[in-house]
Amino acid sequence: MANMTETESQNLPPAVIELLGVKKRFGRQLVLRGVDLTVREGRTLVIVGASGQGKSVIIKHMLGLIRPDRGTVKVFGRDLGKLGRGEMNEVRRDFGVLFQNAALFDSMTVYDNVALPLRERTGQSESAIRANVMEKLAMMQMEKAIDKFPAQLSGGMRKRVGLARAVVLNPKIVFFDEPTTGLDVNKSNEIYRLFYRSQQQLGYTAVIVSHDVPKIFKLADEVALLDEGIIQGCMPPDEFQLSEQPLIKAFVVETMGHLYSSDEEENGFYAQAES
Amino acid sequence: MIMRHLVEKLGYETLWFLESTGRMGLFLVRALASIFGKSFKFFPVVRQIHFIGARSVFVILFTGAFTGMVLGLQGYYTLRKFGSEGFLGSAVALSLIRELGPVLTALMVIGRAGSAMCAEVGIMRNSEQIDALECMAVDPYRYLIVPKLLAGIMVLPLLTAIFDVVGIFGGYLVGVGLYGVNEGAFFQGMYASVVWADVEMGLVKSLVFGLLLVWICTCKGFFLHLEQTGGFGAEGVSRTTTDAVVLSSVSVLVWDYLISALMI
Repeated sequence: MANMTETESQNLPPAVIELLGVKKRFGRQLVLRGVDLTVREGRTLVIVGASGQGKSVIIKHMLGLIRPDRGTVKVFGRDLGKLGRGEMNEVRRDFGVLFQNAALFDSMTVYDNVALPLRERTGQSESAIRANVMEKLAMMQMEKAIDKFPAQLSGGMRKRVGLARAVVLNPKIVFFDEPTTGLDVNKSNEIYRLFYRSQQQLGYTAVIVSHDVPKIFKLADEVALLDEGIIQGCMPPDEFQLSEQPLIKAFVVETMGHLYSSDEEENGFYAQAES
Repeated sequence: MIMRHLVEKLGYETLWFLESTGRMGLFLVRALASIFGKSFKFFPVVRQIHFIGARSVFVILFTGAFTGMVLGLQGYYTLRKFGSEGFLGSAVALSLIRELGPVLTALMVIGRAGSAMCAEVGIMRNSEQIDALECMAVDPYRYLIVPKLLAGIMVLPLLTAIFDVVGIFGGYLVGVGLYGVNEGAFFQGMYASVVWADVEMGLVKSLVFGLLLVWICTCKGFFLHLEQTGGFGAEGVSRTTTDAVVLSSVSVLVWDYLISALMI
């Protein structure tokens, strides 16, 4: 990013989220030591790194759930640290979030979970809400489970309902916190396909925190490595995998080894997603 | 070295106490402010009235009846020593209306509904459901806390009134039915001695206790993740729920004394 020419930077989509020198301490532990990161409109940014490095903490800063000790978090050019509760809610109206365990409301049915943002934030009639909810549930292939409660769903189904809820208001940015944690290979592939398809249809910007390397690289426009509390590099996945930066190289070797995916596998994945 | 450790520990505990007290104060202010916010919905309040109030009626009837019966029993033996059995009605009624009614009702509701509210909100915090609400731009104070707070304030006086009436009837059964105290003396004594100020004291107490128990129980659950001893997991929820029940019960007793001292 630093050695980008002026013409190249002019061609880039505008930044929707910017983290500038973000530092965060929990008790005696300094988790973020000065994170600089930019998320651009319509792109998919994947944040990778070892467990406990603070990847989810970065997402929580972007969502305004945590305030930085130092530094600035800007969303659509607005400094989240300077926003009041009402203004923060205005910014959050453009967010959708898929939490690690989907965070579905366990006392509500699948339908009510997905309808909740519409009921609370829009003045839509119940018939309009129903049409919207059913459309999003159909997109996630969950339209037959509307009367079930979260406890009656498998992990993968819960994630799909969580994704339907995240996109029900057609948000501009969707955050994914470890979207495939606890899922087997088939189910995590399913979640990635649904993500890919919904992003193609709705055109949202995506920020994904994931351990799922190298699979997640297929979906990324940019990959950022968080290590030792700072972003060690943020670049397209092809560059990331070939980077000579020592920490990135060590991460790639450690997590991917000989598992570089073949072109055939990659083409097959996208063909399935588009079908 | 030990001295330094002790001073450090004392400082840490003091700071933590100040921080958690301030957090609880701000929680109450935000919750009360959210009552007057936009798009207030009454149905969630009705649901909480059902949960806190209607589902507590049986336990209130039961404890109220036995409290009144014990008062009748003990009151009769004490008053008989002075030949004043006729005052049994006023003794039972005044004890219930001014003190035991509001306090025992609050303690029963803490045990039945307060612990459940704390655990519910705590589990929602643990499973990121509260974060999800915030990210949907849904105010968790308005959505989660306000209905409980309003229901608590509305329901406690009603439950206290039920407790008082059933308790007086329990005292009547034991005093008049079992020990043969004159029925007219029982009710006449009660009618003559209970004044509006007694009812007012009971009402004020039950309103304050309603606010207090919902505030403490929901606040402990809401800030479960910030608990000093770590609030995560099933153990964290159970520990925080126990803390909430103990703290709200003690607070009810402390405030009972304070209100009595102010209003007497």
